[in-house]
Amino acid sequence: MPRRDDIHKILLIGSGPIIIGQACEFDYSGTQACKALREEGYKVVLVNSNPATIMTDPEMADRTYIEPLCWQIVAKVIEAERPDALLPTLGGQTGLNLAMDLVQHGVLEEYGVEMIGATAEVIAKAEQRDQFKEAMERIGLACCRGETVHTLEEARQVLKKIGLPCVVRPSFTLGGTGSSVAYNRGEFDRLISRGLEESPVRQVLLEESVLGWKEYEMEVMRDADDNVVIICSIENFDAMGVHTGDSITVAPAQTLTDKEYQRMRDASLAVIREIGVETGGSNIQFAIHPDDGRMVVIEMNPRVSRSSALASKATGFPIAKIAAKLAIGYRLHELPNDITRKTKACFEPTIDYVVTKIPRFAFEKFPEADARLTTQMKSVGETMAIGRTFKESFQKALRGLEVGSFGFGCDGKDLWGSAEQPSIEEVRSKLATPGAERAWHLRYAMKYGMPVEEIYDLTGIDPWFLENLREINDLEEHLRGLGDLAKVSDATLRRAKQFGFSDRQLATIFNRAEMDIRSERKQRGIVATFKAVDTCAAEFEAYTPYYYSTYEDEDETPPKKPSQRRVMILGGGPNRIGQGIEFDYCCCHASFALRELGIESIMVNSNPETVSTDYDTSDILFFEPLTTEDVLNICDRINPDGVIVQFGGQTPLNLARALSNAGVPIIGTSVDTIEDAEDREKFKALLHRLELKQPANAIARNMAQARNEVAKVGFPALVRPSFVLGGRAMEICYDAGQFERFVAEAFVVAQGQPVLIDRFLEDAVEVDVDAIADGDQVIVAGVMEHIEEAGVHSGDSACVIPPYSLPGPVVAEIRTATTAMARTLKVVGLMNVQFAVKLENGQPNVYVIEVNPRASRTVPFVSKATGMAVAKAAAKVMVGVSLAEQGYGQDPIPSHVSIKEAVFPFVKFAGVDIVLGPEMKSTGEVMGISERFSIAFAKSQLAAGSVLPRRGKIFVSVADRAKDHVVGLARRLQKLGFELLATKGTAARLEEAGVRVQRLKKIQEGHPNLLDYMIDGDLQLVMNTPSGKGARTDEGSIRAAAVSHGIPCLTTIQAADAAVRAMEAMQDEEMTVQAVQDRFPQYGTLRGGGR
Amino acid sequence: MPQTAKLALEDGTVLTGNSFGAEGEVDGEVCFNTSMTGYQEILTDPSYRGQIVTMTYPQIGNYGVNAEDVESRRPFLAGFVVRELSPRVSNFRADGPLADYLKQAGIVAVQGIDTRALVRRIRIHGALRGVLSTTDPDDARLVQKAKASPGLVGRDLVREVIPEGPIEWNQPLSPWAKLASPAESAAEPSRKTRPHVVALDYGLKWNIARHLFGMGCRVTILPGTATAEDVLKRQPDGVFLSNGPGDPEPLDYARRTIRGLLGKRPIFGICLGHQLLSLACGAKTFKLKFGHRGANQPVLNHATGRVEITCQNHGFAVEADTLPDELEVTHLNLNDNTVEGVRHRKLPAFSVQYHPEASAGPHDSDYLFEQFRQMLA
Repeated sequence: MPRRDDIHKILLIGSGPIIIGQACEFDYSGTQACKALREEGYKVVLVNSNPATIMTDPEMADRTYIEPLCWQIVAKVIEAERPDALLPTLGGQTGLNLAMDLVQHGVLEEYGVEMIGATAEVIAKAEQRDQFKEAMERIGLACCRGETVHTLEEARQVLKKIGLPCVVRPSFTLGGTGSSVAYNRGEFDRLISRGLEESPVRQVLLEESVLGWKEYEMEVMRDADDNVVIICSIENFDAMGVHTGDSITVAPAQTLTDKEYQRMRDASLAVIREIGVETGGSNIQFAIHPDDGRMVVIEMNPRVSRSSALASKATGFPIAKIAAKLAIGYRLHELPNDITRKTKACFEPTIDYVVTKIPRFAFEKFPEADARLTTQMKSVGETMAIGRTFKESFQKALRGLEVGSFGFGCDGKDLWGSAEQPSIEEVRSKLATPGAERAWHLRYAMKYGMPVEEIYDLTGIDPWFLENLREINDLEEHLRGLGDLAKVSDATLRRAKQFGFSDRQLATIFNRAEMDIRSERKQRGIVATFKAVDTCAAEFEAYTPYYYSTYEDEDETPPKKPSQRRVMILGGGPNRIGQGIEFDYCCCHASFALRELGIESIMVNSNPETVSTDYDTSDILFFEPLTTEDVLNICDRINPDGVIVQFGGQTPLNLARALSNAGVPIIGTSVDTIEDAEDREKFKALLHRLELKQPANAIARNMAQARNEVAKVGFPALVRPSFVLGGRAMEICYDAGQFERFVAEAFVVAQGQPVLIDRFLEDAVEVDVDAIADGDQVIVAGVMEHIEEAGVHSGDSACVIPPYSLPGPVVAEIRTATTAMARTLKVVGLMNVQFAVKLENGQPNVYVIEVNPRASRTVPFVSKATGMAVAKAAAKVMVGVSLAEQGYGQDPIPSHVSIKEAVFPFVKFAGVDIVLGPEMKSTGEVMGISERFSIAFAKSQLAAGSVLPRRGKIFVSVADRAKDHVVGLARRLQKLGFELLATKGTAARLEEAGVRVQRLKKIQEGHPNLLDYMIDGDLQLVMNTPSGKGARTDEGSIRAAAVSHGIPCLTTIQAADAAVRAMEAMQDEEMTVQAVQDRFPQYGTLRGGGR
Repeated sequence: MPQTAKLALEDGTVLTGNSFGAEGEVDGEVCFNTSMTGYQEILTDPSYRGQIVTMTYPQIGNYGVNAEDVESRRPFLAGFVVRELSPRVSNFRADGPLADYLKQAGIVAVQGIDTRALVRRIRIHGALRGVLSTTDPDDARLVQKAKASPGLVGRDLVREVIPEGPIEWNQPLSPWAKLASPAESAAEPSRKTRPHVVALDYGLKWNIARHLFGMGCRVTILPGTATAEDVLKRQPDGVFLSNGPGDPEPLDYARRTIRGLLGKRPIFGICLGHQLLSLACGAKTFKLKFGHRGANQPVLNHATGRVEITCQNHGFAVEADTLPDELEVTHLNLNDNTVEGVRHRKLPAFSVQYHPEASAGPHDSDYLFEQFRQMLA
C-alpha cells in the first residue's frame, strides 16, 4: 500500500522543554518525522514550546507553532490549521498525553482530526496499568503481580497480598516520575501519597518487586499489514530496580541464548499485536529471573521513546523516520533502508559491535536530593559508545561521560591508592545501593579481591559484565606490574587499546604525559581504525554510514574527495545542566551551513539523544567520545581543513588548546582569543582600553589570596571556579563567613584552576547579548533583558527580546560595547556577552560581566525570536563567507515580544529548595511569543507548566527588602479579585498598607497552615522570595511543597511583577496562536537572508 | 601464551589469532553468519559441513553451551572464527564453556581476528576457500593449501553428515520455543491416528523433527540416500526433505528419490530439500556470491503479502528463470529477489529455501509446518 491520499495535512506535537525523562531524543524523532512526512508531500503542522529544537526551525515544518503544549492552545492551532490527522507517537509522553487530552475534550472529533499511528484506545490500553495487565493475561504473558489503587487505604489492602518490598508507580507520568520502591511501611505510606499526587489521574499501581532480575528492552516496529520487526534488543547492566533511563545499558542483549531471545521476540510481537499499535515503533520492557529464566513484561511504550533513539543510533535504523512513514500507510518492505540503499527497511538490523550507554547525573547541583538510583529517573543526559567488544565500548562510554574519568579508573578521578580510597565497607555499601559512582566502585571491589560472585550478590549485575570488567582490571594490574611503557610489548599495548584503555589512562599507569603515550603508540603502529555502523554487519555495502573507532586491522573511513573541503564540528557530548540541546542545535546548524556551501561536514559527538548524531545530519558522523585522544585519532584519518570548536559548549573548548597544539586547524575565533577572553588580566586591560566598566574583580589561586582580594572587591561578592560552565559552585557571599565556605568549595570544583571573585551588583538588570562577527562586520543578533535580577544564573532566568524596561540609549550603548569588544577580540563566529545595568545615582550604568567568544545557550532562542539563523550564519562566517556576502546588513529587531523561560527538574528531587541562584539548575526552556510582553510572559509560564490563575487564592511571603515592592503587587492582585494569604510578617506590612489579607499560621504553629491549603487544592499561586542566604529551610519547605503539589511558585519579585502584569492582561485578552512562518515571511522565499 | 591459529585465504590473506578449539588444520569455504545469538545451533547445523564459519557478532560464548540447544549429534563444520570468545559463561541453562565443547568435538576455532574485515572481503570478493590451522605457522604454505582446498561446488557433502540408519524421532520442541506453558501434550493424538512423516535426512536440523513431532506426527528419519521404494515401504502420509550441506547439483540419488515420490505423497522441503525438489522438477541451481546466513533475512510471502523475518543458511539457490511451469514461486527474498519458496501447481509439494524451524532465528514461519500437516490425510 503506498502513501495515503485521503489525508493532506498532519499535525505533529513535540515534547516541549527538556526535562528529566524527556530530552532531545524527541527533537531527533520529531525532526525525522517532519522530514519524512514532507518528503511524501504532506503539509506538516508542528506545535512545540521548546525553541532550542531543530524541529521548530521554520524550514522544518510547513506551519510551526512555538506555543504552550496544553490542549486548549493546541485546539486553537487545530482550529486555525484544520489538519486531517494527528500523529501523536513522536512527541514523547507529553505528545501522547496531549493527544489524549484533545480526545477527551472532544477537540479531535469536533474538527474531524484522525489519530494516526496509535488510536486513543490503543494508548489507553498500553498506558493504563490494569488494561495492560488484562491484555497481557489474554496472550499468556506474565506481568508483575499488583493492582491499581486510588487511595492509601486501598493501597494498604493490596500490600497485604504482595508484600514488601514493592514498587509504587503513579499512572500516566513521564520518566517514571514518582515511581519508587518501598522497603518499609513508613516509606510505603509516603510513596503512595506522593504517587497519588503526581498521577494526573490520581491512581497508583502497586507491584510485586522484581528487584535484581535481569532487565531487557525490545524495540519493535509494526506496519499496517501487521509486519513486525525487532530493531534492537537492549540488556541492562544494572538489574531491575534502577530506572532504565538511569541504568547503564548495552546493545544487543548479551546473555540470552537464541531460544530465550526468540521467546522474548515472540512475546514482543504478541504484545504489540495485542495492544494494537497499528503502525510505528514501540518499546517493551521485560524482566528475566536470572536463575530460572522466568519472564515478566514490565511495560510497553506505544510510541517512539528514549530507548528508540538509542536503538536508532545503536543500529543505524532510523526508527522515527520509518514510524512516520508507516503512519501514512507505507509498509515496511516498501521503504528503503537508507544506509544500504539496496535492501528494504523490513528486516532486523544485525550489529557487529557492542554499544554501551551510560547516564549522566547532576546530583552535585542538588546536594539535598536523594542520590540513590531508583525506579524514578534522575539522570539528565547520557553518552553512548561503540566498540568491538563490551570492554572497549564500556571504557569509551566512561570517558565519553565527561566527568573527569577517562575509563575504568587510572585517571584523575581514580580514588584507588589516594587518600580518599574507600574502605571495603564503603565499597560494599556503594555496590549495594546504586548511585552515580557505582561503576567505578566495581573496580575498587575487584582491587580488594572481591570475587565476581560476591559483587553479583551485592549488585545483581550479571557476572558476564563483571567478568569483562575484571579482565580490564587484570590487564591494568599487569601493565602496572610492568611499570614502564618500554617493557610493554606491542601485542600487549594493542590489547590494552582493544580493551578500551585511553592514552590518558596509560599515561597515569606509566606516569608519563598523554602525548608521550600517543606518539610512542603511533610509532609502534598501534593506531585507531574506524568501522562503519551499517545495520547489517557488513553483509551489504553501506552508503551513508557512520563510524566508531576501534583497534583492528582494517580502516573504513572514506578517502578525502580531492575537490571538496572537509570541516569537522565537535559536538557537546552528553546533556548536562548548563550544556544541552541548545549547543547541539548550533552544531546541527553548522552542519547545515557547510552542506549549503558544498563543504563536506563531519560531526563528532557521543550523545545518542541528539539530532547531530542522526545519520543524515552530516556527511560523515563519528560516534566518539569528545576527548583529545579520540578527536586527534579522527583527525589523523580524515585530515580536516577546519575544525569548529565554538558550537558544542564547553566540551570542545576544553579540547581546543590541545588540538591546536597538535596542529589541528581550528577555524573561527582563534584559540588565543578564546583564552584571552577567559584571562582576567587581559580582559580587564581590554575593557579599560575600550572604556567599558566592569564590577570590581579579582582572581585567587589559594585561600589566603582569596581573603586578601575580597577585602579589596568588597561584599556582596560572587565567587566561582574558572573554566566551568553552568555556574557550578558559583555563589554570592554576603559576609566573610559565607565567603570562607563557598570559596573552599569553589577551589575543589576548580580542580587546580583559579577561583574568580567579583563584586556582586545587587538589584541590577542582567542583559545577555548574542552577536556574530566576521572580523569586520558585527551583527548584534539579540539583546535579551533578563526578568530575574543579576545573580540568578542566566540559564535559569527568564529573558525577553527585545528589552522591555531598559531605555533605548542603554540598549544602544550595549550594542556599541558588544561591537567594540567583538572587533577588538577579532571574533570570527559567535560571541556572547553578559552585561549588568545598575541604577546608580539615578543613572543607569552598563557593566560588562563576562564575554564568551563562542555559541551560547541562547542562540536558538535568539534565532526563533528574530528569524535570523544565527548559528548557521556564524558557521558560514567561520569558513570564510562574510556577513555582507550572506546578505546581513543590520541587527534584526523583531516587532513582537519573545520570552524564554527556564524549566526545572525539582519535581524529580523531592524536598529540594527551588530558589534560584548563580548556579544553574534548569534542564530546559520554553518560549512565549506575543505582541504584548504580558501575554508573552503568560504563555511562557503556561508552557513551563505554571498555570497563572485567573481567580482564587495566592500566598504571598517576601523577604524584608522586597516588602515595599510587594504592596503594589498585592493591591493589583486584590483588584483582580484574588484572595491573598500571608503569614505574620508580610501580612502586617500589607495590612498596614490597607490591603486585605488572610493571616495564616506558620507550618510549625499548627493548623490551618499553608500546607493544608496546598493539600486541599485550595491555593493557586505562591509568591515566595528568599530572605537572603542561610535562612532557607522554612521557606524552602514551602517552595518544595508547592512544587510537589503542582502549584506555580514565583521566587523573585521581578517574576512576580511580570506575572501580575500577565494576570492583568489575561483578564481582557485571550492567548492567540500564530505560526512562526507568518511572523517571518522570509521563510519559504529567502534562505538565511538578512532583513 | 595462548596458542596461535591462522586463517589463510586463497587470495593470499593470512589472519592470525588465538586458537580456542581443537588443535589441527582444516580447510573449507570461509563464510559468515550474521546472527547475534544461536552459535550453538549454528555449530551443530550439519549444513555447515565443509565450511569455516565466521560469526559477525564479535562476542561469542557469552551463554556457554547446553545439552538442549543442539541441532544434530555433533558439530560438522570445518572451523569456527570469532572476534572474541567470552571470558565467562553466564546463563542459567549453561552446562559449560564453548571452548571445551569445541575441543571435545574436535573443531578448530580461532578468536582475536578482525572478523569485520574478513566479512567485507568475502562480501566484495565472494566466498573464499581457506585453511584454518593451529599447526602450520608458514603463511605461504597455508595460502597454497587454501588454494588447493576443493571448495563446495560439485561435491557430495551430504554423505558425510547423514545418519547410518533409520531413526524414530520422539522429541518435542524445547519448552523455550513456546510463549505459553506447553499444554498441547494433552491434546496429542493417539499413536494410531498420528500421521506418519518420513523425513529424508540430508543433514537434518533436529528442530525440524521436533516441530513435526510436536504437531502430532509420527516421524521416521531415513538417511538422504534412501530410495523412493525405501520411503514408500514405510507407508508414510507425507515426506519431508531436509536441509543439508553444499551443492545440490551432484546429488543424483536424491533427485531420483524425489521424482519417485512426487505425486505419490505430499512433500515439504526446506533449504537443500527445496533445491532438490526444484531440481527434481527440472529447475537449475546456482552458487550465490557469498550466500545467505543469518536470522534477519526478510522474505515476502506472495500469498499473504506479508513479510517473514527468516533464518537462512545457504550458499546455492534456485535460478528463477529455470523454474518449470509446474513450480510457482511462493516466497521471495526482499534483499536480493532470489527465490525463497516454490509450490507445485498440480501435485501436493512445496518447499522453502529458508528455515521455518528457526533455531537459531525467528519463529515467523512456523505456519509452514501446519500447512504441511494439513496436507497429510
